[in-house]
Amino acid sequence: MPPPRTRETAPALRHRLAELRGPDVPAKALDARALAALAANPGCRRRALLDGAGVNKTELASALGSPSAFGQSQFAFMRGDAFEARVKADGGTELLRLVHERLDPSAEPPSGAHVPDLAAAGPEGRTARTELALREATESGGWTLLDHPMLALDVAGSPAFLEPDAVVVHPDGTWTVVEIKSFPMLDGAADPAKVGAAARQSAVYVLALEDAAARVDPVPQVRHRVLLVCPKDFTNLPTAAAVDVRKQRAVTRRQLTRLTRIEEIADALPEGTCFAPDLPQERLTAAVELLPATYAPECLAACELAFHCRARSRAAAEVTSVGRSARAELGGLTTVGDVLAAAHGTAGDPADPAVAALRRAARLRAEALASAGYGARDEVLVDGEVPAGAESQDMAGASAGGAPCH
Amino acid sequence: MSLITTLARLEAVSSGRARPVATVRHRHLSERPLVFVPLTTAGEAGAPLGALVGTDRHAPRLLVVPQPRDRDLRFAFLAELADIVLPYVDAYTDTVEAAERTETDPETGKRVKVVVDLCADAPQLIVPSRAGVDFVRLLGRSMRFRRTAEQDPDTPHPAPPRVPLLGRWLTHFGERARMPGSSLLLAVTDLLARHWATGQSSVEDQHLGSLLAWIDPPGDEPGDVAAHRAELARDADGQLLCPPAGPATDPAFDNKLLAPAIEAYDRARSALAAAEDGLEADDRFGALTAAEQRVRDLVESRTRPTWDAVWHGLDLLRALPEGAHVPDRWTRDRWSFTAHRDRITAGEPPQPRVDDAVTAANKLAAREREQARLDAQEALDDPLVMAGRRLAGEAFAGEVTDVVMAYSEGRRPSPRPLVTVRTEDLPHLGERAKVYRSLGGKPQAAEFVGHAGRDGIGTGDPDGDGNVLVVLRVLDKMGRGKEPEPGSVPEKGDRVCFTLFEHDQRGGAKLPDPEETPWTHGGPPGDPEAVPLPDPLTEEDVL
Amino acid sequence: MTTALDPHAEGGVPGVFDPGAAAGRATEAILRDTLHGTHRGVVVDSPPGAGKSTLVVRAALELAAAGRPLMIVAQTNAQVDDLVLRLAEKDADLPVGRLHSSDSDPYDKALDGLPNVRKSTKAADLAGLDIVVSTAAKWAHVKGVEPWRHAIVDEAYQMRSDALLAVAGLFERALFVGDPGQLDPFSIVGSEQWAGLSYDPSASAVTTLLAHNPELPQHRLPVSWRLPASAAPLVSDAFYPYTPFRSGTGHGDRRLAFTVPSDGSGPDRVIDEAAEAGWGLLELPARHTPRTDPEAVRAVAQVVRRLLDRGGAAVSERSEEPVPLTAGRIAVGTAHRDQAASVRTALAGLGVTDVVVDTANRLQGREYDVTVVLHPLSGRPDATAFHLETGRLCVLASRHRHACIVVCREGVSQLLDDHPSTEPVQLGVTVKFPDGWEANHAVLARLSEHRVAWRP
Repeated sequence: MPPPRTRETAPALRHRLAELRGPDVPAKALDARALAALAANPGCRRRALLDGAGVNKTELASALGSPSAFGQSQFAFMRGDAFEARVKADGGTELLRLVHERLDPSAEPPSGAHVPDLAAAGPEGRTARTELALREATESGGWTLLDHPMLALDVAGSPAFLEPDAVVVHPDGTWTVVEIKSFPMLDGAADPAKVGAAARQSAVYVLALEDAAARVDPVPQVRHRVLLVCPKDFTNLPTAAAVDVRKQRAVTRRQLTRLTRIEEIADALPEGTCFAPDLPQERLTAAVELLPATYAPECLAACELAFHCRARSRAAAEVTSVGRSARAELGGLTTVGDVLAAAHGTAGDPADPAVAALRRAARLRAEALASAGYGARDEVLVDGEVPAGAESQDMAGASAGGAPCH
Repeated sequence: MSLITTLARLEAVSSGRARPVATVRHRHLSERPLVFVPLTTAGEAGAPLGALVGTDRHAPRLLVVPQPRDRDLRFAFLAELADIVLPYVDAYTDTVEAAERTETDPETGKRVKVVVDLCADAPQLIVPSRAGVDFVRLLGRSMRFRRTAEQDPDTPHPAPPRVPLLGRWLTHFGERARMPGSSLLLAVTDLLARHWATGQSSVEDQHLGSLLAWIDPPGDEPGDVAAHRAELARDADGQLLCPPAGPATDPAFDNKLLAPAIEAYDRARSALAAAEDGLEADDRFGALTAAEQRVRDLVESRTRPTWDAVWHGLDLLRALPEGAHVPDRWTRDRWSFTAHRDRITAGEPPQPRVDDAVTAANKLAAREREQARLDAQEALDDPLVMAGRRLAGEAFAGEVTDVVMAYSEGRRPSPRPLVTVRTEDLPHLGERAKVYRSLGGKPQAAEFVGHAGRDGIGTGDPDGDGNVLVVLRVLDKMGRGKEPEPGSVPEKGDRVCFTLFEHDQRGGAKLPDPEETPWTHGGPPGDPEAVPLPDPLTEEDVL
Repeated sequence: MTTALDPHAEGGVPGVFDPGAAAGRATEAILRDTLHGTHRGVVVDSPPGAGKSTLVVRAALELAAAGRPLMIVAQTNAQVDDLVLRLAEKDADLPVGRLHSSDSDPYDKALDGLPNVRKSTKAADLAGLDIVVSTAAKWAHVKGVEPWRHAIVDEAYQMRSDALLAVAGLFERALFVGDPGQLDPFSIVGSEQWAGLSYDPSASAVTTLLAHNPELPQHRLPVSWRLPASAAPLVSDAFYPYTPFRSGTGHGDRRLAFTVPSDGSGPDRVIDEAAEAGWGLLELPARHTPRTDPEAVRAVAQVVRRLLDRGGAAVSERSEEPVPLTAGRIAVGTAHRDQAASVRTALAGLGVTDVVVDTANRLQGREYDVTVVLHPLSGRPDATAFHLETGRLCVLASRHRHACIVVCREGVSQLLDDHPSTEPVQLGVTVKFPDGWEANHAVLARLSEHRVAWRP
């Protein structure tokens, strides 16, 4: 499916989004990481709109009183920078050797690669310069290393500027995205969660590169296998692996087309809604509340606003606050109160299999606890009532130490 | 998440306290575990920053690497760690008992019983969280291929004497931890989460402080409030009140406290190196010691709360009675420990970087078998676990309403009584499905005959009260005679619980030896006796 | 045999695709490599209903006829018994051994009626027979015998690598046959530790085999004789994008007709749509439900009831006369066992007791005229890897000769779009295509063209 083309509606939407950000609040540029993160919870309208409008979610989270906990240790930062510099040192000799070895061994071995200067003024200028360099490199028939090129991707009518670590043009005129990460490949394996994140990020670059390729005649092929470069074992020497990102590319492409939804989400907001971080906390909370969120604990690792959404989700006693999978067998029951009431027989239609299963679960659980001497009836807890004696039953014999760190 | 666990979690949300999901303790806890609370350096693979370690909750040993990127300091740390861990492990290698094992006689190919040594007890390593288990594995991997000067006089950077051995033991602990139900290396978060359901998600349960806050909050404070504080509250300096259980540290700690302290240490060291005379050196040595002490204090301040939390968690777990099959699984751990002891004594090379095809297949088969065994044993040991299996249709309990004597056909008829069980459960019983109940600790098999109804063959629930009548034919454990032995057949009015899963696991088929790996799997691997080369040590090791 | 226009057909009459000829050529090439080739292995990919069993039986008979005794490895006892019965059907005089376990009822009693089939728990008792058949699990226990020169490994894509490791020492060379689109083998414990290794014990046997022997000849059966012309393109595109196949029959070769006219209800309308188009989607209003969604379960049962009540008859290349659509020619497929149990109960309530209702796992390899499928994602608040597994949907959507009717709640497309995509990636693991998420979208898009919205 083609990437979204909504340029004709863009000016009106851009204006609307600027209003939502607040007067004089610049749009936070969407980077590849943010775009890749769209796939982390694509059902969340809150996130879709805030990201689409370029709202700085870190500032917003702080203004809401639930600051995000993302930070990077300077140790990791320094190590990452030093590693990337090392990989690209010496005119990218080592990097090109890895590309040749892992992706294109039948091509002539690289010797003295071309590394064009991509400096230009502003992101638009750098993008134009990159595209020119890509065209020239494709025609040249040799190896070219583009160090930190700038690519543009149309995101819901506005260009997002993306800066991959490197792009390599092969002698056959094909293009490869290179992603350099500082987590190790140990005995040929790497942390799958981190590789997955790198693959999603690279897929965004591949999409942007495909856009750029489409403007070249004849259209060069963008390889769907990217090169992931990491430190080898416990050393600082680079090693690399090819990662097939077709699946991530398909998902991201589809999520990008769906970003056009932000217009519809924005239209549903009342006039005067604004997410400027200098607004009073109550106003901001109310504004954010207008955007339906689909919080799940996985958000904690992927979204700056997660602590705020978690607090709201818990306040509303949504069952998904204990995990997405909790809902799987609950059918239409979505709150803790509804579920417990159904389980304990005070509400719900027994003909509903979810209710019936809950009652069986509650009965079996109570029976088992009773048989182990826990006192069955005490287990029936509704509305935050703490059963008498729960303390002694649950914690019999435990030290009275209490939780740490208080 | 099973519905019964979901329910427990939601009850925890509603009550503000964790709810039990087990009524007995399902893992072995040593009387003298070795607790290990490591910290690592962000961005570096296998560069420890420090650790608290020991068996005495009141007197942990603090080990610190004041400059984690310095190889010599790292080796010093590992040598110190070896001096604590190896004596602890060694203490269990010498006390043995005689045990029988079935082996294949190389001459005759027959299975014969042989008497061998089995270590009477085994060491137990406890870390705060699952990431700690991974870190043990990583440390093991980083050490086991190192060479000491004794092993290889030409090695440019010889490791301290006992470091490779420590690597082999930590590798063994890390690998054994992948065996379902094993207890040689345990993470406290996993242990607690196995026994209690909190009102938060399993992702959040990975935070030891927050998990403990749900299970045992201080005073009358609701668990969610205490958990929230443990997770997020910071002091005026921006530091977490409850530091993460590691091995990763909080970036705010790294940037604000640790980095300046390490820089100060580096400066003091350079200054000492540049000292021009003894007096100056004495002064500067004092400054270096102070700088090192500052890093040590910082590391202790981040590990001590976790150390205490680990012991707090162990207290909570010890209060639970031990499950009946736990000693059986611990015996398997002792076999594993004994076998590794023997491999080291026999001078075998360290574990390879990656398993060969046969080893991988054997490990997978063993783990699948142990998983099935664990699932069955936990259900048999714990009515709450069995409740989950009953809810899932994998077991059923009820009252015996009828017993009709019947016999097998053939020359020597054996008893095959028909037993009718009335149950509220909804087991997924297929045609002639086998079911099992525990009879004196041994599984007794029966076969599903049908549902009884008013007309004799109905499809369940004859009285419309949610109860079904299940008719079973008992198949074994009734003795050799024509009449079943007393007590071997359920009687009318008995409460019985049958499972659709087997209680014990048969061993699988024996795989070929690695040197007979077939062509489909790449043929035999290289020389199995070859000692893997050590990792190259290059100047690029550190930045 | 029918022919259909095909611009890409090779050989034969230019521009005309002759499925029989194409399938014949493929089979000849496979047999040539198997009987006369130099490679130790031959791999055959067989899409649904492409004649895999026929191929296995034929290859076995030809090897036996050439005086080359062989062993056959299948994955389940039912598959083994089925193969033995087929072999005996083709050549009643052929000495066949059925190696079986020592459990009670280890094999199909029908084998007792075959005089030339010898049964034993010991391989030694079966030595010298032309063909010995057993499960991979049983073969793994066979030790100390002279290796067979030939083997056929059936359902090789559903066999785990470690199972092949256990038996590969028993034969010198083998023909591996299977359907790459069906459910992958799985493990009940984590096996990430070996992900990316060529011999990952939890991978499929074919994956390991080809990783170590990339030069082996690989064939595919290019024609599905089961799937009608309405279904083959969708199933091929969605599940076999790199090994496309064709239907052996053309549009119009198969017809499904009912003597009782539609009563205008949802079930009847979707039956008519499916009879006409080969696909039908009975869409219930959007709602989050537990797995055993009573309305959806009832709807499935009602569709089956009406299929039986409306006097259906199937016209196909198999016979001159229309064949009545009886209970034995209909199956219901679900994702979960409890769903299957609920559908059975609902069917019993409508007086239907002889229609097969089973999960995708158990429907693998089976064939019916009409299937009714409870969509794995119907009513779910979330999609999981289990529900998105490509093979599951592929099995459910490829069991039918005439028509497939899917019962589903509205909103699955949205559910797929909202599905978080944060899967971990293991280095060195070949990415399995197609991806379940994409395949689900593709199937749904096609089904939506044959949608009957119904509020029960």
